[in-house]
Order: sequence, then structure tokens, then C-alpha cells
Amino acid sequence: MQAQGEQRIDGQLVDRSIVLAYFGAALLFMFVSMLGGLLMGMQLLRHNPLNGIEFFSPGRWRMVHTNAIAYGFLANAFLGLLHWAVPRLTLRPVLDRRLSWAIFAAWQLIVLGTAGGILAGHAQALEWGETPVWVDPLAQVGLLLVAVNFMAPIVQLRGPMYVTLWYFMAAFVWTFLTYAMGNFVPQYFVSGTSAGAVGGLFIHDLVGLFVTPLGWGLMYYFVPIILKKPIWSHGLSLVGFWGLAFFYPLNGIHHFLYTPIPMFLQYGAIVSTIAVELVVTTVLINFFGTLWGRGREVVTNLPIRWFYTGMVFYFLTCLQCALQTTLTFQALIHFTDWVVGHAHLVMFGVFSMWIFGMMTYLIPRLLGREWYSRAACEWHFWLSAVGVFVMASDLILAGVFQGWSWSSLAPWYDSIAVSIPFWAVRIVAGLAMFAGFLVFVWNLWMTWRSAEEIEFSSVPVTA
Amino acid sequence: MFESKSGVLLIAGLTFFGFAFLSNAVVPALMYADLPEKTAEELVNPQLRYQFEELGRRFPDAFVAAFGEPPTSGDVEGWWNARAAEALREGRDLYVGEGCWHCHSQFVRPVSNEEQRWGPVARSWEYQNELQRPVLFGTRRVGPDLSREAGRRGSDWHAVHLFDPTLTSTKSPMPAYPWMFDGSPDKPKREALALITYIQWLGSWLESYPLYESYTPAPIPREGLLEEHNGQ
Repeated sequence: MQAQGEQRIDGQLVDRSIVLAYFGAALLFMFVSMLGGLLMGMQLLRHNPLNGIEFFSPGRWRMVHTNAIAYGFLANAFLGLLHWAVPRLTLRPVLDRRLSWAIFAAWQLIVLGTAGGILAGHAQALEWGETPVWVDPLAQVGLLLVAVNFMAPIVQLRGPMYVTLWYFMAAFVWTFLTYAMGNFVPQYFVSGTSAGAVGGLFIHDLVGLFVTPLGWGLMYYFVPIILKKPIWSHGLSLVGFWGLAFFYPLNGIHHFLYTPIPMFLQYGAIVSTIAVELVVTTVLINFFGTLWGRGREVVTNLPIRWFYTGMVFYFLTCLQCALQTTLTFQALIHFTDWVVGHAHLVMFGVFSMWIFGMMTYLIPRLLGREWYSRAACEWHFWLSAVGVFVMASDLILAGVFQGWSWSSLAPWYDSIAVSIPFWAVRIVAGLAMFAGFLVFVWNLWMTWRSAEEIEFSSVPVTA
Repeated sequence: MFESKSGVLLIAGLTFFGFAFLSNAVVPALMYADLPEKTAEELVNPQLRYQFEELGRRFPDAFVAAFGEPPTSGDVEGWWNARAAEALREGRDLYVGEGCWHCHSQFVRPVSNEEQRWGPVARSWEYQNELQRPVLFGTRRVGPDLSREAGRRGSDWHAVHLFDPTLTSTKSPMPAYPWMFDGSPDKPKREALALITYIQWLGSWLESYPLYESYTPAPIPREGLLEEHNGQ
């Protein structure tokens, strides 16, 4: 009976092939991004074999690195996961499957156009939004179509909705507005300090209003399903969502403290950043309340382990954020690798880890096959988790030394010399993450190739 | 309201976002609305003109190939100013396209002894121009801040440094940009000339131009000078 229900959901509601296609694209761009990071990391150690070749210039590949993560990996993976979660939550299909595939094709063109444009030297001067100016209108239309396609089943629902859908709906509005604000306002309407304020909002909102709500929305969906129990507190879910919605957009200027941006706006951003960390704590309490009594799942259940490891990292980054946003910390650590460490902990340690967890859970269901190698899944987890933890701690510590070196007025090269050991450790940690990723891709390939297609509903939930 | 579609879409989605945009973006835009936004032509100042003409004298063939033969009669001033503005715009685009601003910031903070190292703290009016769309504050310093760089070093130093940074700064982790040259640092292409013009502009508007870091000669024995130079 249950199997028949699954078949119905699978056949009429969820288009498995598009979820898989998005996952494939996401993994391809993760590979590209990791190559870019590796290239820049080797350049810093002066061991870049491709130095001096225009199309491999590390400065350009650094931008490919960040943009491939944001628009290639995270956006593609999230779109795939939305195609799985939204129809199941609403019990209605998306607006149109042909539209879904058109969006898929268009989005790959946008990401490839971005990569090609950056490599040809056409980047836009907006951090995390170096998408060339001629890509921006296309991406804007793409985001609108995404919202329309997924909102169609959501608007048909009546009455109060589940937490996940609050996050998704808000994310559709926010992503569209954030992209428009960041890519058009400081390019065409304001310059200088005001453009800096908008740029700060964009950097922050891209993480906070696009990646974060989709990530948490998916956590609210997958964690209760896998643990087979409801979220611990509905009230805390409300606090978490509305706290994020109000305080997160007010944080942006904390990226440009001590600039000529008016000081009262800088203070406002600092206070609301600290407020966000209090909100985050309530969300974390809610999720650990949900896990309470089932803690062993973290050991035995791989997706749950990915999710909760990511949540621990999330708490660490947010705690770090509450400290580093204060002017006291900023004086020392702004402009240093501390911030780079923080960014890796958020983008890889939290959101990429969650996505890997969700892929680990979904791929057996999408392919109708068990994972080829459970050991490879374990290797993927441990290499990624330990790798990103070492990388982030290493870079955060490096930032402190760099900050001290600068304020001591020592010659500039001293700050490079003190960074070399940290940069060396960073490369090793990055290679570990890369190796984990390759193991995952190999495992996925072998799973795909394995002959037996097992009964869909008989796939154990613990993957 | 808190769990309904209209509440989420209108209050969280639109209103909160709009409130943040108003308070964090529109407020500074209004506060600085009285500062006129300068065009590249208006940014050309005597310091920059000197550096730009000096590029023409130092690399005559490359300069003529890139910007044409300077006129000897007629509106000579106008020609030089227009070419300098052109080079500024192009140099800024290259600075962005190569991602220079991801390793070189462009603002001096009032903390961490930055005034001693770089010079005057950044002020809003310095950024109110078309080359700061979007603004190039930057968020990371692998290399030094460049907002006070103009005039600190000669353009020949910059040419060699862009061609291969390790020629001037032996252990520099900065990437090389040889494709901006015709095979050697004394043959810059238009790209290199534009980029050097842009760098020589950064801070040229300040009274303290050119600004040198406070320098105290280190007590190195004379015999050690050569090895020290080669080893650095």
C-alpha cells in the first residue's frame, strides 16, 4: 500500500530525472569551483604551474571559485531539491514540467556564461556577484520563472502552511529582490560609499536570504522525515523564521565596518547581527530538541550525521560572527584570512555539507539502487568534515597573525611570510575535501552502473 | 498571519526586505546625494597627467601604438586629458576583470595603525565617481592597500611588477600578467598602460601626494647589501 503511494508520488508529482539532472550539474560545478580554489591556493604558495597564462589567471579563477559555488553548486542543488520537496509537501506538481526543463537549461547557460565571462575578463565589481553585467538580466528572468514554477503548487494550498514552505516562499521573493538590488543598484544608480552599503547588503543577503532560508527549509523537511518524528517545538520554528526575516536583511553593512559609511548604520548592522545569533540559537535548540533521545542516529544514519555536523558548524560560524562583527574584532581581523575561513565554514561546512547529506539520502531513491559502497560514503563524510574544520580553523588563526603583523607596522612581506605555513595547511585540508568529493562522485558513478534496480520502497531510510 | 501565505510573502518577503533596503541603502544614498558624482574626465588631475605623459616618454613606441600620436598643435591639453580619462576607465575595467580588488583593498581605516602605513583615512567624497560603480573597497588584503599608491613608485616599477611580480618583490605571491606585454616589461600593451595609469591615479587627488611610508634605514652592513637584495 505504502509502496503504491510512493509510486504515485513518484510518477505524478516528482520528476526524478530533473532532480538527478540538477544534482549532476551541481557536482560538475563543485568540481570546477574546487579546481579554482586549488589554483588560487597554489598561487599563494608560489607553486602555481599555470602562472602567467591569461585564461588560468588565479585572480579570475578566484571569482569562478566563489560564483561556481553560489550559482553553480548551491543554486543547482537547491533547485533539484526543491523539485523533490515542493511537490511532496503540497501534493501538487510544479506549474509545468517543460518550464522546469527550460529553466534547467537556461540556468546552466547562465552559469556557463558567468564562468566564461569571468574567464574572458568581464567580471562585475560586486563580490559574490561578479556575474558579467550582460548575464544579470537573464539571471533575473530565470529567478522569476523559478518562483512562478514553484509558487504555482504552493498558492493552491489552503490554511496554515508547514515551516519549510514559509522559508521557501520567502526565499523566492528575497532571492529575486537581492539579485536585482546587488547587480543593478550599485552599477547603474549609486556610486561610491552608497554603492558600498548596497554591496554589503548584497553579499550578506545572498547568503542570508537565498542560501540560508532554502537550507533551513530543507532541514525542516528532511530531518523529521528521516527521524520519523515531528519538529520539537512549533513556537521555536516561528521565532526562528520571523527572527531571521526581520534581523538578517539589516546586517549587510557589517561587511564594511570602519569605511566612510555612516557610523550609526554600522552600529545598527552590528546590533542586528548579534540579534541574528540569538535567533540562530533558538533554531539550533529546536533541532537538537528534535534529535533528543535519538542521538545514536548521528552515528548510524549518514544523512542525519551530515545534517547535524553542518548544524554544529552553523552554530560555530554564527557564534564567530557575533564576535567578529564587533568593532574590537574588526580592527584586528578585517581584510585577513579570518574572514576567508569564516566563509568556508559557512558555505562548505554548513550548506554544502547539508546538500551532500541530502544527496546521500536521495540518490538511492532517485536511482532505485543502494549506494555501491557505504565505506565510500563514510570517507566522503570524514574527508569533508575534517577537511573543512581544519581549513577554517587554520585560516581563522592565520587571520589573527596577519592582523597583528599589519598593526605592528612590520614590512608588508612579514604578513605574507607568517601566512605561508597556514596557507600550506589550507592546501592540504582543501585536497582532503577534494578527495572526499572525488570519492563521492566515483561512488555515485559505480552506483549508477550497478546492475540491480531494487524495489523503490524497499530502500532503507538509513541509506 | 505568521503562518499564512500573505504574511510570509508580504511581511517577511517584501516589507522586511524593503525596510532594510530603505534604512541601509537609501539612507546613505540620500546622505551623500549632495556630493557630485565625478566622471573620468573630471578625475584627471595634474598629478595623473604627469604620470600619464611620463608613460608616453618612457614607452614612446608602445604609447603611440596604444593611444596614437600626441598632437603638437591645436587642442593638445584636451587630447591628453581625453586619453588619460580613456585610460582610467579601461584601467579600472582591467583592475576589476583581473580581480585585483580581491587582494588589494581601497580604503584606509582609522584603526590598526593604518594611517601610519597608508596615509589619510578614507573619506566619502573620494569614492563619489563613476570609477567606483560598484565601489572597489575590497574585503581582503593579500597585497597592500592601493588607495594611496599613486606616485609612490615609478611607472617602470609597475610595468616590471605587473610583468612578473617576483622581479621587484622576490617572494611576492601575486600572479604575473605577461599577456599585457609584448614579451618584455619595456614593451607594454595598451592594457598595461591603462592599468598603470589607473594605479597611478589611486590617491593622486590627495594633498599628501605622493605619500611614502615612514622609512627608517635598517642597520645592515654594507657587505651584506647585495646578498640581502638577492635573498629577499
